[in-house]
Amino acid sequence: MRYIPHTEAERRSMMEVIGIQDIDELFADVPADVRYPQLDLPQPMTEMEVMRELDMMAAENANLREFASFLGAGAYNHFVPAIVDTVISRGEFYTAYTPYQPEISQGTLQAAFEYQSMVAALTGMEVVNASHYDGATAVAEAAIMAVNVLRHKRRTIVVSPSLHPQYRQVLRTYTQGMEMKIVGDELDGNDFHALIDLCDKDTALVIVQNPDFLGQLHTPQEMQDLADAVHAKGALLAVATDPIALGLLKPPGDYGADIVTAEGHVLGNSVSFGGPYLGIFAFRKKYVRKSSGRLVGETIDVDGKKGYVLTLSTREQHIRREKATSNICSNQALNALAAAAYLAAMGKHGLRKVAELSWHKAHYAAQQIAQLDGYEVVGDKPFFKEFVVKCPRPVAEINQYLLEEYGIIGGYDLSQEYPGLGDAMLLCVTEMNAREEIDDLVTALGEAAAPMIRLEVTL
Amino acid sequence: MKYDDYIYDLSRPGRTGVDLPAPDVPETPIPAEFLRDELPLPELSLPQVARHYLRLSQKNYAVDKGFYPLGSCTMKYNPKVNEWAARLPGFAAIHPLQDPATVQGAMGLMYDLQQMIAEIAGFDAVSLQPAAGAHGEFTGVLIMRAAQLARGETQRHKILVPDSAHGTNPASTAMAGFTAVQIPSDADGNVDIEALKGALDDEVIGIMITNPNTLGLFESHLVEVARLVHEAGGLVYGDGAYLNAIMGIVRPGDLGIDVMHFNLHKTFSTPHGGGGPGSGPVGVTAELAEFLPGPVVALSDEGDEYIWKQPAQSIGRMKSFHGNFGVMVKAYTYIKMHGADGLRQVSEMAVLNANYMQARILQMGDYPIPYGHRHCMHETVAQGKISGADDVHTLDIAKRLIDYDYHPPTIYFPLIVHEALMIEPTETEDKETLDGFLETLDRIADEARTHPDLLHEAPVNAPTRRLDEVRAARNPILVRLPSTTVTS
Repeated sequence: MRYIPHTEAERRSMMEVIGIQDIDELFADVPADVRYPQLDLPQPMTEMEVMRELDMMAAENANLREFASFLGAGAYNHFVPAIVDTVISRGEFYTAYTPYQPEISQGTLQAAFEYQSMVAALTGMEVVNASHYDGATAVAEAAIMAVNVLRHKRRTIVVSPSLHPQYRQVLRTYTQGMEMKIVGDELDGNDFHALIDLCDKDTALVIVQNPDFLGQLHTPQEMQDLADAVHAKGALLAVATDPIALGLLKPPGDYGADIVTAEGHVLGNSVSFGGPYLGIFAFRKKYVRKSSGRLVGETIDVDGKKGYVLTLSTREQHIRREKATSNICSNQALNALAAAAYLAAMGKHGLRKVAELSWHKAHYAAQQIAQLDGYEVVGDKPFFKEFVVKCPRPVAEINQYLLEEYGIIGGYDLSQEYPGLGDAMLLCVTEMNAREEIDDLVTALGEAAAPMIRLEVTL
Repeated sequence: MKYDDYIYDLSRPGRTGVDLPAPDVPETPIPAEFLRDELPLPELSLPQVARHYLRLSQKNYAVDKGFYPLGSCTMKYNPKVNEWAARLPGFAAIHPLQDPATVQGAMGLMYDLQQMIAEIAGFDAVSLQPAAGAHGEFTGVLIMRAAQLARGETQRHKILVPDSAHGTNPASTAMAGFTAVQIPSDADGNVDIEALKGALDDEVIGIMITNPNTLGLFESHLVEVARLVHEAGGLVYGDGAYLNAIMGIVRPGDLGIDVMHFNLHKTFSTPHGGGGPGSGPVGVTAELAEFLPGPVVALSDEGDEYIWKQPAQSIGRMKSFHGNFGVMVKAYTYIKMHGADGLRQVSEMAVLNANYMQARILQMGDYPIPYGHRHCMHETVAQGKISGADDVHTLDIAKRLIDYDYHPPTIYFPLIVHEALMIEPTETEDKETLDGFLETLDRIADEARTHPDLLHEAPVNAPTRRLDEVRAARNPILVRLPSTTVTS
């Protein structure tokens, strides 16, 4: 039966050792009136049958290998070299538990230490933890950490309105019982001065995104000025960023960030309908004892040989229980391993090229779209791989046309979260978008602008 | 130079692993002020990368290598078909913000998984959003809080946590802004009912209870516990870490549990990945359904289409997008291959294996089992207190097991058992494996009496010997870059 090896004879002999006649006797503590419910589940399938069913379910989805996509908004279609899946498919990695026994977990531990180091290099920060769940929960953990660093004397978090809307939602969910105040995202636009004006003696942390949710890039000087102003107010600065952009652009560690978070799935992890992803969490070393999440440290064994262990675990729930810095236990270890293998394979030259290709292709797309009647590329700042386009009609209608006539998955509709922008879409272009796809997108957008196009739902 | 050397030591200037195409569009200059000065990533060839990670992998113990009786963690065989399923392009290469009409297969899978989990555990609604067990716990506590605030009961701020509980329970409680109050266990390892009664008042939000508990025992007072807590206006949270013991045996919802998380990476054998990704869905009773994090997948009114739906009084979003979807695909595959009878057999054989080990350990007599007078569920908690070997501790026994090519059990947990050795064999282990492990435990007990140094010096047959954790914590080296060593 499936993965159970017991023969009937073995079952009998084991029951004999236990001293029971029937397996039921083992469950005598279970209240009889609710024991052995009849579960209404589908009939079991063999491996052959379940593979057939899954193939069919998967085929119902429009996947990014078959459809050109310009959808980003926090989840991105970047290239993943084949070696990454080879690494994370090693049974020794993916069928291991958290490395509680370091002597037989050196593979996981060294890989995690190397991940911490490479991400420190990428972000320009001093310490990186072994991961949080995703980019959103990393932001929430940053807020909690800042309040802890400032010993709960300051409890207001100032967030930029151009921080990813879902990150702001998760931040609010996480902190709803913590007597914290979250302000800033009621503002219009992304003017740092307005954020700085909101800072007062209760402000623990200012959180901005760069490149921001709408794709806009703040210059390193603007970022440094922000950091200086925030620090002058006695608060910390957290910057959410795009790890791919850091292949090219100045990292937050160079312009004064105290905490850096990122959605790290772009480093070697598939889009996978939104998860499992990777919460990158980096910070200044002086905050390490107030930080959350697992940390791997270098040490030696009794023979003096170098090795790695989970360390500073007195911050964690299994030691400190209710006094822990977070309740996090399992994190995203295999996703961090994928990110490490990706960074190792791409290296300093490869990652830079990925970033350059994304930049050039996104700018080519924006230049072409800007020439279309009815469309306008908005934003007064440079951008990296995403940009906002004002559209001549509702984005949902345009996207429907793109999908049906061209098999193109269009941009993210901003009308719900940024109604002030009108009919606007957030387009994302990466190294995965060939020029022909971009040209098709431009053609399709031009056609979709015409009001006489009749739209029908055929999918 | 060895391939498993530190990755930066393998780097040579000018090497590249992956080539990328030349730009096929006109280039746009990048303003110099934005450019970083240097990018200190390693420079490696792909063959180096392949060997590096393969060599590292070989320094790991894993379920695919051998017996991994790590109590509380349900380290069962991870079916390979699950991995195949999650990598199908129709699952792995879809974007979370696509038009629902283009991802009906994925949403249907999530809908079915919500339904199947609810059915297995006896709940009315499930959200798949939480990313791990502790994340699910935190979600559950926030749901309890929201439900009681909605009733206007703002005075409640305490959560009762048995002394045998996982550390995540009090930690999740604290994150939700509440006070954890510890409840002792009685002589049979159950929640002490008198202590519970004494702790219940109108400030109690509820209790967090693990069943079977961390002693490996079915909480025989659970129905009574739930009744008392409900009478006091509280809610009952179930820690679902040990669902592997009770599938098809009893449904937590039928025992009076109001909200519970599931560890898909344990019970449904999506692998643990060396520390994640997990997935920690939360199931609730009908009266709590509107507080779930969302969106969840629902059927349209016409019943012909899957839609995203935000529960009316949702606590909010716990994570970006829809949760750890790739993990959900694996759990779905697992449940579909087992069906109701298969899942019951899983639990029966998990409990049979654990009781077989408990019975044999009791017969051997070397390792006390404080609650061995009761049948255990999926795991048993022994003690590394070998008579005649007073200077040998659980840690030494664990390290000596490594020399015999086993992963040690969970050690020093639960906290209420001195020198705990928490053994969870799972259902996928055969009798020869269990017997081999038991004989090894026996041999180690002999060694402890005759050659204790073998234990104190263990492991000797591992990639490293005992590591200096004090040194690691005292002067932490958490990052090592070529130019600098960053210490904290």
